[in-house]
Amino acid sequence: MRRSPLLWAAALVVYAFLYIPLVVVVIFSFNDSKLSAEWVGFTTDWYRKLFENEEMLAAAVNSLVIAIVAAGLATVLGTMAGIAMHRYRSKILPFMVLTPIAMPEILLGVALLIFFISTFGAESLSLATVIVAHTTFCIGFVAIIVRARLAGMDESIFEAARDLGATPWQTFRLVTLPLIKPGIIAGALMAFTLSIDDFVITFFTAGAGVPTLPLTIYTMIKIAVTPEVNALSTLLMLITLTMIVIASRIAPDAIKGKG
Amino acid sequence: MTRWLVSGPPFLFLLVFFLVPSLIMVVASFRYPGEFGALAPIFGTQPGEDSGLTLENYQVFFSDSIYVQIFAKSFGVAALTTLVCLVLAYPVALLIARSPKRHRDLMVLLCVLPFASNFLVRVYAWMIILGPLDLLFSRFAVIVGMVYVHLPFMILPLYTNLEKHDPTLLDAAQDLGANAWDRFWRVTFPLSLPGIFSGSALVFIPVLGMFAIPEILGGKDDWLVGNLIKESFLGTRDWPFGSMLSIMLTIAVLLIAGLAASLARRGMSRA
Repeated sequence: MRRSPLLWAAALVVYAFLYIPLVVVVIFSFNDSKLSAEWVGFTTDWYRKLFENEEMLAAAVNSLVIAIVAAGLATVLGTMAGIAMHRYRSKILPFMVLTPIAMPEILLGVALLIFFISTFGAESLSLATVIVAHTTFCIGFVAIIVRARLAGMDESIFEAARDLGATPWQTFRLVTLPLIKPGIIAGALMAFTLSIDDFVITFFTAGAGVPTLPLTIYTMIKIAVTPEVNALSTLLMLITLTMIVIASRIAPDAIKGKG
Repeated sequence: MTRWLVSGPPFLFLLVFFLVPSLIMVVASFRYPGEFGALAPIFGTQPGEDSGLTLENYQVFFSDSIYVQIFAKSFGVAALTTLVCLVLAYPVALLIARSPKRHRDLMVLLCVLPFASNFLVRVYAWMIILGPLDLLFSRFAVIVGMVYVHLPFMILPLYTNLEKHDPTLLDAAQDLGANAWDRFWRVTFPLSLPGIFSGSALVFIPVLGMFAIPEILGGKDDWLVGNLIKESFLGTRDWPFGSMLSIMLTIAVLLIAGLAASLARRGMSRA
């Protein structure tokens, strides 16, 4: 294998570029100073302030509710879409499932903004609209993972089930479902992570009444940068990291191809 | 029967919440703005009221050079971001592809892991790094942020391509007298073109629509199409104009995606 020292050096520089900014965020979340310019001393005050901040806690609850419901809906609909895309030669379903995730996010965000307000009125932006919006783009990710899982499977298993007298529903429940379960779980975790992290689409569909964690970070960054943002960011990193560890335990193959 | 049970629910959901909203936006781009923002009615009730459909939004776009300029600037920023991503991603992807199989998954995971942190956190990280260096609110900061956020979209497709290369090709080239430089530019690089094109599309397209990074890291001069769209919907509340801009962005994205797909196919057939 040809791996010259030059290649190693260049790659290490890029790895450093990837990690240094995040390490800086974590370090300054423990810094005993209002400014993130120099290190003053160690403190956990910013975390304490964060947990005392009621708006922040409300935002965390919103994010969690949205992510759980949207991931649930997207998992059911995405699994169906994945199976349908694998089994039937339709052109329109893949188009509808994949386009929302291939386009810049802002386009889906503003399209849904117009849709919700012109159909249901200016007051309609709420938790429900955010959940619907998140489900719309999460379906595609679940469908891709489930379809990939099905594509690697031997079709004769399903034929065997049919030959042995299983009804379509029995074949699905007793053969297909157990086989694609790791894919479904990986898809659900991915949908959850994408939803809890989403900023752009939430920004257009949330209205004023539904702050989520990313929306709160955005407001904090725009108004005043305090180390509280660093503390919140560090906590968010921990949450996503935990999700990834769980995902890699439950469905190691499905995670690898996630890209 | 089973077919409709399986494809029906996701189809209906996306019909209502994706296709219909998109079509509403297309129509909105031909409408007039309402008196208090949003949309004017299509069927007006009062004489002299702006109603019905119009090409005005598109005419404004092409008659005022500022909009064409902002589109051009967005293309420039997206192109530069894509190029920097390519230069940074290539050595990493190549190193992973040439590492022993048992190390590869871990090395890929290490590239993807930072991107598990929230998008805004990754942008904010550069605020606190570039701020004290007096580099914030500049085009430079925007490019750094764009590159940082989109880098894995270049690394992954490149790695997927490079990993499939047959190492004996390089041995053959060496036996035929090619030095390291020639082996890279005449064997590895041409073979990796499909990976480069798909990675480029995955970086270029989202950058084109980005509004948060120019807003947080850039100055007023660094507004891109995304900022213009955001401002039309939430600032001036001129929905028809914002819809027209979104349609123009969609057309740009489709052109880029089509170009990347056809280049990748040509690269593939040459390889």
